[in-house]
Amino acid sequence: MKLLIGTSKGLIAYHRSSDAWKIEKAHFVGMPVSMVFADPRNNTWWVGLAHRHWGQKLHYSEDEGRSWKTVPMPKYPAGAEYRAGKPAVLKKVWCMQQAGPNRPGGLWLGTEPGGLFYSADNGQQFELVESLWNHPSRLDENQWFGAGRDFPFIHSIVVDPRDEDHVYIAVSCAGVFETTDGGQSWAPRNNGLIAAYLPNPQVEVGHDPHLLLACNANPDVIWQQNHCGIFRTTNGGQSWDNVTDKDGLPDYGFALAIDHEDPDKAWVIPAVSDEMRVAPGLALCVCRTEDGGRSWQALRNGLPQEHCFDIVFRHSLAKQDNILAFGTTTGNLYLSEDYGDSWTCLSSHLARVDAVTFAPG
Amino acid sequence: MPTVRFTTALRRFFPSLKEQEVAGGTVAEVLEEVESLYPGIKDYVLDEQGRLRQHVNIFLSGELIEDKETLQDRVRDKDEVYVFQALSGG
Repeated sequence: MKLLIGTSKGLIAYHRSSDAWKIEKAHFVGMPVSMVFADPRNNTWWVGLAHRHWGQKLHYSEDEGRSWKTVPMPKYPAGAEYRAGKPAVLKKVWCMQQAGPNRPGGLWLGTEPGGLFYSADNGQQFELVESLWNHPSRLDENQWFGAGRDFPFIHSIVVDPRDEDHVYIAVSCAGVFETTDGGQSWAPRNNGLIAAYLPNPQVEVGHDPHLLLACNANPDVIWQQNHCGIFRTTNGGQSWDNVTDKDGLPDYGFALAIDHEDPDKAWVIPAVSDEMRVAPGLALCVCRTEDGGRSWQALRNGLPQEHCFDIVFRHSLAKQDNILAFGTTTGNLYLSEDYGDSWTCLSSHLARVDAVTFAPG
Repeated sequence: MPTVRFTTALRRFFPSLKEQEVAGGTVAEVLEEVESLYPGIKDYVLDEQGRLRQHVNIFLSGELIEDKETLQDRVRDKDEVYVFQALSGG
């Protein structure tokens, strides 16, 4: 098995040998790797680079990193405007998702400033999904707006394994949207969420999900770590339940992992709050629930418990079977092979970690 | 013909990139010629609207170009077009 770490200074590929995880190779050294996606259909590795000078680039490898190719970058069409009079320009590639086994060349791409792109030919050409771009809510600056960035961005794409025309996206800030017709039309699915930073916290659109994941075994169960807590739906997003631990730790945070067999299990990594983005008590922990969010257990074994300033970004926690791994803003990489009960530090010398994913091999 | 030169930083992506003469009466035309020699390089210098990227500079015989939106600064035969990245930290 491989573990791919996207950092602000390159892509680090780990390989699990018989007794240990070891760095196999560093790719794109010195370059900011902002997105990593390993396509489970064909094990193609995709990397998004966020060059300071040269813009966003996409590279892919079909041989586990031995060679890399590039594709023409997705382009906002001529005349596309982020707001009236403001031309839309690709600011950042946030996430990629495969479009399901029945669309073998299909790839979704979430970007900033709020454009969703689709490719039918394995990324050789991407086209803007106009139906979402022209959604009335996107055109309203009170409903789609930047959060920590100047523009809204699509950071999560969930494809229903039962039906590839059924897709959810999550936008910071706007919220969750659902299509059931392959992207021809979209509807907000934010009932029950809280936007505590708005005068009306129960708005239909204007929410800040930080990451969205659905359980493969029961895709109607969807989890999100949100700016305003942790939420879970059991009815495909028709309504969301707040499963934040009101008296305990997990509330604010970015990262989320779920169990794809058991829809009651999830992991989050808390930070103190929006205003205080450090580990609570300067002690790093992962919180796990095994009962659908009714209770949470803090897992600390092997994690630093004093003077710790790490937090974990939204795409920097990954799970594969019993193994979890996460990378932090201060370049630490931790791994557990017992569902989070105990952790090992694989490296404390990486650059800021922006993406973590597992890949076969 | 004008001469075009590049920051060495671009050689990481286009290893054969070198200083050379190319045809063109405007900066935009010069870059089109460069694109034909090094496919893909224009996307590194310009955004998808055809504007000069925010942290890229183009000097025309020592002076920053004026038209960063449509790159219509006139280029003469003896001019040197220098594509350079802005300084940054990190």
